[in-house]
Amino acid sequence: MRGIVAVALAVAWRAIHNVFTNPALLIPSIVFPLFFFTAFAGGLSRVSDVPGFDYGPGYTGFQFVFVLLQSAAFGGVFTGFGIARDFESGFARRLLLAAPRRSGIVLGYSLAALVRWLTTASVLTVVAVVAGMNIGGGPVDLFGLYGLALIVNAAATLWAAGVAMRLRTMQAGPVMQMPVFLILFFAPVYVPIDLLQGWIEAIASINPVTALLEAGRSLLAGEPEHVALAFGVAVALAAAFALWAVRGLRRAEAAGA
Amino acid sequence: MAEREPNGIEAEQLVRVFKGDIHAVDGIDLEVAPGEIYGFLGPNGAGKSTTVHILTTLLPPTSGRATVAGFDVVHQGAKVREAIGAALQEAALDPLLTGREHLRLQTALHDLPRADRRSRAQELLERVGLTLAADRKVKGYSGGMKRRLDLALALVHRPRILFLDEPTTGLDPQSRTALWDEVARLARSEGVTVFLTTQYLEEADVLADRVGIIDHGRIVAEGTPAELKAQIARPTVEASPHDPSEKGAVAAVLERFGEPTPCSDGSVAVRLAHGEEELADIVRALDAEDIRIARIHLHEPTLDDVFLAKTGRSLEGADEEDPEPVPTAT
Amino acid sequence: MTTAAQTAELARRSVVRTLRQPANVVAPLLFPMMLLAVNAGGLNSAEQLPGFPADSFFAFALAVPFIQGALFATMNAGTDLARDIQTGFLNRLSLSPMRSVALLAGQLGGVVTIGLVQAVFYLGVGLAAGVRLESGVTGAVVLLLLATLIALAFGSLGAFAALRTGSGEAVQGLFPALFVFLFISSMNLPRNLIEIDWFRTAATLNPVSYLIEGVRSLIIVGWDTQALALAFGFAFSIGVVGLTAASWALRVRLTRT
Repeated sequence: MRGIVAVALAVAWRAIHNVFTNPALLIPSIVFPLFFFTAFAGGLSRVSDVPGFDYGPGYTGFQFVFVLLQSAAFGGVFTGFGIARDFESGFARRLLLAAPRRSGIVLGYSLAALVRWLTTASVLTVVAVVAGMNIGGGPVDLFGLYGLALIVNAAATLWAAGVAMRLRTMQAGPVMQMPVFLILFFAPVYVPIDLLQGWIEAIASINPVTALLEAGRSLLAGEPEHVALAFGVAVALAAAFALWAVRGLRRAEAAGA
Repeated sequence: MAEREPNGIEAEQLVRVFKGDIHAVDGIDLEVAPGEIYGFLGPNGAGKSTTVHILTTLLPPTSGRATVAGFDVVHQGAKVREAIGAALQEAALDPLLTGREHLRLQTALHDLPRADRRSRAQELLERVGLTLAADRKVKGYSGGMKRRLDLALALVHRPRILFLDEPTTGLDPQSRTALWDEVARLARSEGVTVFLTTQYLEEADVLADRVGIIDHGRIVAEGTPAELKAQIARPTVEASPHDPSEKGAVAAVLERFGEPTPCSDGSVAVRLAHGEEELADIVRALDAEDIRIARIHLHEPTLDDVFLAKTGRSLEGADEEDPEPVPTAT
Repeated sequence: MTTAAQTAELARRSVVRTLRQPANVVAPLLFPMMLLAVNAGGLNSAEQLPGFPADSFFAFALAVPFIQGALFATMNAGTDLARDIQTGFLNRLSLSPMRSVALLAGQLGGVVTIGLVQAVFYLGVGLAAGVRLESGVTGAVVLLLLATLIALAFGSLGAFAALRTGSGEAVQGLFPALFVFLFISSMNLPRNLIEIDWFRTAATLNPVSYLIEGVRSLIIVGWDTQALALAFGFAFSIGVVGLTAASWALRVRLTRT
């Protein structure tokens, strides 16, 4: 156990150091979520006037939850880009050679993704509060909301890591990104699920992200609903992708990466 | 300047200064006779590519004059370009087009009659040995193949003067020899004037009728390879003792006749301070020390010796100098 | 060879090169359709907002792909030209009797050709999904003309960026900026339904809003001369600015005497 933690901390330190000393890596992961928040909350606020749209914290809060989860998911994907870059440059080989417990490498990248996302989430939260977002939930509710986002971040990182370790090239970027984009956007992004109709309603109703969004929004509003389901979904995704990532690591080892 | 036949090159006090007061070309005078292969030899950063860019009208000189094929490079650029072909330092190709498509485009841009374009393209592909690869995208070509296509494109419009900027850098020996053969054939059989820049001694030695050695933007020596070497006349003697343990003793004797110079393992070599007449003295001295010699060679002076004599540096070690600025106008 | 013939030859090359980069063909066709599907599905209920100008949100949103496609045109034109500079191919062309205007016109001719194909595709998808153009067949022709002009205008901006910087990475760096122009506009709601003042002001000042509104008017209104005049006017102006800047940058880069 100690070996895994030591490896994880070393890998995490290096990845965090790279991101925070490299504006070209750090700034997009903060700016893009802010941009989406601005575009959706700012440009689409009138949508809350649609009959049947009834959300306490208002449209700003409605979009804040989506962008928080989106930033968590894409934060994981960006970390995956970094892993792919490491394999392509050969640096990953150095890590595999040096690390006594290699599963610590995956843990390390996940820790780095978490730290990176916490930075983004802090900036996003401050901007939302300054923009006048109403917060209905108490400390426990908010803890639940950010906890949920944290698990989403871990799940996305593990998904992207698994892809990166299998393909071991920067060209894996779209492969990591597209499914995450689709699963996020085929969900109740702009309106609650009961205001969706047709094919998108059908997809959203089986999309696990819907459960996460609805629960997250209910926590922000201070009216928690289906939170256990949401956490169950998030943990299940994270567990599945953890297995995916570890198997990816074994594939990379077998290929002599 | 008197006008020459229409495939010569002349430059008079050519200067090109870049931002930061970098004198990439610092007063070059040269004359290349029609049908001649002129080798422009120098290390990286010497000013070779900048000179070529000026002569091919891609860059105006800061001062000085040059004419190519009888036309002024500054005031008659379009006419110069009609008369010349150029294969510059990068094999300037589009990775997404095939070899044949490159030739199609080039023949079209040079306004060859439609009926002739295909046959001219085929002829050039055969000439450079690319018929089998002609319909493959260039991104799949090896370095040698790209260079050959580059040469073919430069020859599309049958130019009277050909500029080749380091044409064999990075090529394997086979590709290099093939390119040399083609260049020599162009000059000898078709009377094309060739202006060739290179950092390879052997290339200048083997291929060029005359060589200009350039360093820090100036020509420091010019003449046929034999003339240049004769000016220096410093051959190298290399000796290998029968008994390897006597290598030190051999070195002690040889170093009385010149300074040490790199050579193969197990041998000792010195560049003679005077001429090949010292060889007899060397043999006598070795004999006096009772050293048995397995082999003794006399190597003629190389162009590197010429460069060393003129600049105080060896051409082969001169790459650590500041690189030449990338020749653009900005 | 006449300038027109040279232009045709270089335009042919531009089209061939694009077709040989599958990502450059598939992405401009696929991504705008995905975004359209997501937005139209998710914002369907906005049709119920008082003052919403169309019966179908899909018809309302169909205008956006035409503009999004133009962004791809910008990137493709720019990266292709930047590659020519980096490989030295531009030097090769400048040593030939090629006239510099033919190089730019040829590159943009390729962009225009592909832009037209994209526009036909988007229109086809819209018609297949049941959208009826209020402006009829003539309107469809005008729509294709406007879309092609917009592609040309943005293509010339991409060409300018490439010729000025000589770098594919710098051209790619334009993409986020263009993305912002697309989102902070009347892309998802008409300007009069944007509630947040600063967003509405920004959308009003954004020329992209007028391009979208011009295309949209042909789909959902019919013949709105003001919207069309503004759209054509802005497209033409952007084109003039882009072409002037690109020609200047080309003159500087092609320093041949």
